[in-house]
Amino acid sequence: MGKLYDRLNQDIRFIEGLNGCMNCGVCTAICPAAEFYHYDPRVICDTVQSKDEKLIEALLRSETIWYCGECMSCKTRCPRNNTPGFIIMALRKLSQELGYFTDSEKGRQQFAIKRAIGENILRSGYCVNPDIVSPQMHPEQGPVWDWISRNTPEIMEKMGSNYKQEGVGGMRTIAPEVLAELNQIFEVTGCKTMFETIEKHSKHKADELGIEISDEGIGNEYFMTVFTDNNGTHNS
Amino acid sequence: MVSEGKKRVWEDYQKEIADDHYFYVRSCIRQTFFPGSETAFLRIMRNDLGKDVFEDARHTTCTGIGYHTDIVPLETTMTIIARHFALMTEAGYTNIIPSCVTSFGLYTEVLDTWKHFPEMEAKIRDYLWKATKKEFKVPENLVHTSDIIYKFRDQIKEKSKISLVNKKTGLPLKVVEHIGCHYAKMFPATGIGGAEFPSVLTGMIESWGGSVIDYPERRHCCGFGFRQYLVMANRGYSVSNSKKKFESMQPYQPDFIVANCPGCSMFLDRWQYTIAELEGITFDDKGMGIPVLTYEEMAGLVMGYSPWELGLQMHQVSVEPLLDKLGIAYKKEEKYLGAHGQNIGEPQKPQFLIV
Ligand code: SF4
Ligand code: SF4
Repeated sequence: MGKLYDRLNQDIRFIEGLNGCMNCGVCTAICPAAEFYHYDPRVICDTVQSKDEKLIEALLRSETIWYCGECMSCKTRCPRNNTPGFIIMALRKLSQELGYFTDSEKGRQQFAIKRAIGENILRSGYCVNPDIVSPQMHPEQGPVWDWISRNTPEIMEKMGSNYKQEGVGGMRTIAPEVLAELNQIFEVTGCKTMFETIEKHSKHKADELGIEISDEGIGNEYFMTVFTDNNGTHNS
Repeated sequence: MVSEGKKRVWEDYQKEIADDHYFYVRSCIRQTFFPGSETAFLRIMRNDLGKDVFEDARHTTCTGIGYHTDIVPLETTMTIIARHFALMTEAGYTNIIPSCVTSFGLYTEVLDTWKHFPEMEAKIRDYLWKATKKEFKVPENLVHTSDIIYKFRDQIKEKSKISLVNKKTGLPLKVVEHIGCHYAKMFPATGIGGAEFPSVLTGMIESWGGSVIDYPERRHCCGFGFRQYLVMANRGYSVSNSKKKFESMQPYQPDFIVANCPGCSMFLDRWQYTIAELEGITFDDKGMGIPVLTYEEMAGLVMGYSPWELGLQMHQVSVEPLLDKLGIAYKKEEKYLGAHGQNIGEPQKPQFLIV
């Protein structure tokens, strides 16, 4: 398997993100995640640069690495040119590859993201489109969005979009041959493998917890569990 | 000497923005939540400024949201972006203009990484060839669509129908601008004014007669946080960060907020509704919230476009108080009509937020 630190060090983002941290805490001062969660990017940097395999493994299995919002505010401010947000991205990748992400409540959410966003990219060619922002899953979108969802074709036409039509324009249908190219790219570059890894470990976890899980889509109990569970310990 | 030195320092904060012939790449979020903004951008560019903007139906997502939620590996995102470069090359263009700050940040990250790790670029070229048999040239000019509106702000002013001025008092409207973290925090040299003096939106606002509010949390994240919004259990992160900004801007009594990034525009609008419904508070003195515009909507209003053609009815916070201040005539009864003037019903009223 190779040492965890060595594996992290194969990720370009890790190489670019960690040039030696002097523990000044400037990143923590500016970090929106540190403000909200029990989270401290300075400690993340210090832990990984210690090269302590046990501590790195604990980090990979922790809730902590899932708290960052990838805003990259830390990149601008670090006096040593580190980017804790990039280090987090490398840690998350490795945590998923090793299946450690299912050890934490926040890590298990990767399954919901894969099912909701990952599958939508390959199905529609978009990360997000009106069809996946359902008012039930998004009550915060409010009554105007509810009205838009009930009248999407009419409103999109009024806005000059090309909703679900062929040709150029906003929210057009992405042609099957283009989706085939996307699929090919996902295959060749390792994204399909990443999706399969997330699925495999999530299914294992669902079985262990005795929660129903389907082969695709969001209509299953495990999806709703990881999408909504919050044990209330993340901010303290 | 001193002024020469200053000039030199300021040059670091400028960036090259191509003058014409753009390859346009749309944004998933902008198309979904602010479709009228992309339409307005093209109308301004093509009809009002006479520029050549090309769009290819084969363009897709950049996978940015998948990448920043960590389900999509870096190599995949790079290859998808390389495919867009290939479409641009095929169409004979060299200037690429993403309509999304997340995309713009990613395109910038890709080009920067390839500069430092040329072997990565070679690997991506192999991947793209293997998957699609496509080849590409890297763009000569990469800018965000708002950079172009900034560049042509004075031409837009010349053709404008209104200014960002309170019609009744004659005073400049007070505007909060939000440029979005990925515009310049990752690669400051790629944003106009860098991360320290971002002027992409302030340039537009001031050129069109408004005044900019400087408030303590001006550069704080809107709170999107990718997984922190997309997963329901995490949304407290997202709304709390927006709330921190609203509380910080409230004492300055903004007339409106304008945002660079489509995600930020949506959150700053929707979270005001959520906070109103959850806590019974708004950040204005009328219980209606602070209207939020995209920069295209702001430019469109300045150009005299109809508010309902721009899509301002798709906002949860009502824009009418702003339209009244600007002296823009509108028909309230036409706000929610369909494309052919047909009745398609109206949104329900929120419990607390006044609309
Ligand atoms: S700002 Fe940089 S040097 Fe300071 S603690 Fe954070 S990563 Fe380390
Ligand atoms: S990228 Fe992550 S660690 Fe860095 S400031 Fe943003 S939330 Fe904090």
